[in-house]
Amino acid sequence: MFSFLCSSLGKKYLMALTGLGLIGFVIAHLIGNLQVFAGPEAINSYAQTLKDLGPLLWVARGGLIVLFVTHLTLALQLNRTNQMARPIAYAKADTIKATLTSRTMVLSGLLILLYVIYHLLHFTIHIIDPSYTALLDAQGRHDVYQMIIAGFSHPVITTTYLLAMFVLAAHLHHGASSVFQTLGLNNGKYRPITSLIGPALAFLVFVGYGSIPVGVMLGWIN
Amino acid sequence: MNLTLHIWRQKDRNDTGKMTIYKLEDVSPDMSFLEMLDVLNEKLEVEGEEPVAFDHDCREGICGTCSLMINGKAHGPRASTTTCQLHMREFKDGDEIFIEPWRAEAFPIVRDLVVDRSAFDKVIQAGGYISVNTGNAQDANCIPISKEQADIAMDAAACIGCGACVAQCKNSSAMLFVAAKVSQFANLPQGQAERYARAKNMVAVMDDQHFGSCTNQYECEAACPKDISADFIAQLNRDFMKAGLTK
Ligand code: HEM
Ligand code: FES
Repeated sequence: MFSFLCSSLGKKYLMALTGLGLIGFVIAHLIGNLQVFAGPEAINSYAQTLKDLGPLLWVARGGLIVLFVTHLTLALQLNRTNQMARPIAYAKADTIKATLTSRTMVLSGLLILLYVIYHLLHFTIHIIDPSYTALLDAQGRHDVYQMIIAGFSHPVITTTYLLAMFVLAAHLHHGASSVFQTLGLNNGKYRPITSLIGPALAFLVFVGYGSIPVGVMLGWIN
Repeated sequence: MNLTLHIWRQKDRNDTGKMTIYKLEDVSPDMSFLEMLDVLNEKLEVEGEEPVAFDHDCREGICGTCSLMINGKAHGPRASTTTCQLHMREFKDGDEIFIEPWRAEAFPIVRDLVVDRSAFDKVIQAGGYISVNTGNAQDANCIPISKEQADIAMDAAACIGCGACVAQCKNSSAMLFVAAKVSQFANLPQGQAERYARAKNMVAVMDDQHFGSCTNQYECEAACPKDISADFIAQLNRDFMKAGLTK
């Protein structure tokens, strides 16, 4: 079993499975966040519900960290082997059908890592702007609604988030289709369909997450 | 037509090698790419230079011996075509053409454009066959195989083992080759007995030979002169997973 998971294919299966887990989180997080459009009550009570999970919340966070670290470690390991597999580059290289997003997975992945760190410092740990911690609504809950408005009132922060979502979308553009091939779920009939899932999810993620800072900017959320 | 050729020259395995520029005049568009190199070599010999070493054998697109990265594309610009079947009419007067060997740690350069592809042989030795007892050949139709199934196996078996997939792959991965060799048997009744052991053993040797891993960019199937589909890679992924999970 161990040698199975340490083979190049075994590592790829783990990348695909951890990637799928992370996609699950990205979708769940998106659905949660979109409640900001339903007003302060919806998003604040949703945030409170999550907080009330207590230890369970930490189990979920632990799970996410394991997924993230496994995915990242394997990505870097496989990438290193891949680079060593061609020590001398072609004087003239060309690409026939590989997409730009497929060729920049390590870059987009590492940018996502940087973004996640910034995002946690910003909206979870409130280090970027400590005043967020004091935002409370009428029921004394943390006022996530006001925090989102405050966060996206800075053009620089808004732009950073939109760029980050573009990068995440780029990663999923290739990744979310790639899992089907890695897990052996493709065949002649399915590949034309599964190859659309990445672009579709990328679009959904970019428009979905992007709508929140844009919503604040345009005054839909105020 | 007149061409400027940039060709990789390397004396032997230990030489560092470099790109060298040659001018070639009066190339006929009806020549094959290898004939164009033959003409260059005749010219070099007359001038007292070493001819450019390159691999070739059948020159009819069936043996898998010819190679060459031509302007960054394995077997050149024409889809579904080996270098030996490529003609100079694909190029035009005044073109600069970069001609390089397959580049992969697993395929060390022997000389100039010739690489050592014995890493593929080692993968085949690990399971690219069916074990049968010797004796009389079976009656041709005693194992029924549907036309569809036979066609799939035949599509995989079209692989000529040239190595274009490895050369074109951004990661120098041999997955398309190994997938074709596994799938040609996995899709026939005769291949079932050793099916999962075959996938497991061939992948183990593939990993040992310093090929990269697959990132599903499908450069391999686009470069393959025999149009082997990357769907076979999905099949290998399936079979290897089953092999790993069931024992
Ligand atoms: C630490 C940051 C990350 C890095 C360095 C990273 C890097 C990579 C790399 C190098 C690949 C391989 C590309 C390929 O095989 O085609 C990959 C695949 C993938 N990544 Fe990431 N990634 C990161 C974060 C994420 C996140 C946050 C998600 C999901 C939201 C994700 C989802 C995926 C998926 C679904 C795949 C496809 C797996 C497969 O090929 O079967 N990744 N990642
Ligand atoms: S020389 Fe035989 S396939 Fe090209």
